Amino acid sequence: MTRPAAKAGRVPAPGLRDGESRGGQGELGENPLERIGNTPLLRFTSLTEGRPRVEILGKAEWFNPGGSVKDRAAANIIAEARRAGRFGAGKILLDSTSGNTGIAYAMLGAAQRFPVTLCMPENVSIERKRIVEAYGANVIYSDPADGSDGAIRCARELYARNPQKYFYADQYSNDANWRAHYLTTANEIWQQTQGRISHFISMLGTSGTFMGTTRRLKELNPNIHCVSLQPDSPFHGIEGAKHMDAAIVPTIYDAQLADEDLKIATEDAYKMIKRLARTESVLVGISAAAAVVGCMQVAERLKRGQRATIVTILCDSGDKYLSERFWDE
Amino acid sequence: MLKIQIPTPLRQYAGKQAAVEVKGSTVAEALNSLVRLHPDLKRHLYTDDGKLRAFVNVYVNDEDIRYLEKEATQLKENDNISIVPSIAGGSREAGMNSRSARTLIRQMICPTVCCPACCCCQ
Repeated sequence: MTRPAAKAGRVPAPGLRDGESRGGQGELGENPLERIGNTPLLRFTSLTEGRPRVEILGKAEWFNPGGSVKDRAAANIIAEARRAGRFGAGKILLDSTSGNTGIAYAMLGAAQRFPVTLCMPENVSIERKRIVEAYGANVIYSDPADGSDGAIRCARELYARNPQKYFYADQYSNDANWRAHYLTTANEIWQQTQGRISHFISMLGTSGTFMGTTRRLKELNPNIHCVSLQPDSPFHGIEGAKHMDAAIVPTIYDAQLADEDLKIATEDAYKMIKRLARTESVLVGISAAAAVVGCMQVAERLKRGQRATIVTILCDSGDKYLSERFWDE
Repeated sequence: MLKIQIPTPLRQYAGKQAAVEVKGSTVAEALNSLVRLHPDLKRHLYTDDGKLRAFVNVYVNDEDIRYLEKEATQLKENDNISIVPSIAGGSREAGMNSRSARTLIRQMICPTVCCPACCCCQ
């Protein structure tokens, strides 16, 4: 069964400075910003049966108001741009996204009253399309055959045509992306595990989550083993994830930062979604399940009796993937 | 001849071609013909036991074969086959193609994409 590893201490939400966070757990939040971050850390006990010295823990990022880990990056990208004067009144926020960042931008746009234009591959799930449209974002669909790279090119072209009109958030090149995790995710994990974390494992998409969390965790304890995960093929079904060898590589990605890089098959992620739902009563999304597959691979290699606290990021819940075909197979 | 459109991430395994001409009277035969011509594609499209991977969506003239006869879907001369990853949901519901076309037209007419439904986009 899944149970919380520990309650989160309060780390200031992304985009808010120390002392600006007003909405504590159980209190009313005045706006979505205050409800971003400080997500629960879940322990998957069934995955480590027979190995009492090993724990696998996942940050349940669907507790963010936009339903995914991307709320953190989006909030910090907007906050840093506002502070630097790059995102003034009248500008439209523009970015490419495979869905979750778009939902976060659209939600924050609705809350803070700024317009949002998103470039998304046409084959993102219908659930995602409906959510961003519900928040009032303008969506340009790119060729589904080109994946997230097609959406990136679409946003770049739009921006090049009219740079005065847009604030191009460019999550793939924006240091505010990884800094969100440096400032929040890593510190939350450190507090929630009371410094026990021995391994950090995360899927690569923009790479912001892995870069920022790893940089901070390595400062807190250089011995933490940090493992990045990628799909095993450039053609895959792990939404939001990138196969770096065959994709437009995000500027913020530094391949040297990971102690190790593992490849995950989409089919293994599908199986893990079902396993976690039935044995841990947690319904995660595809990239979250892929991350847990990576945790299992690392756990299986541990020496007998070795103590380990393996932490990963559960990017979102399974709600947005219910139309997927694998449920019927 | 039939034409199979190759998605960008897979072109490196298909001689960098955007489309490959194949023969076959069904989708299964056409795909087999494709992987015979370009064997490096096989592991990206099929599981080890020879099934189409669950996230591989195949369309015949923009119709999802899941809603036709699946891999037994009959093909006619000049049919256009596309392979599209289901990066979630994946189902191109009715109308999406025309919507996409509208978006492209709107971008051409109104290069700044001024709004979802401005006067020049109607």
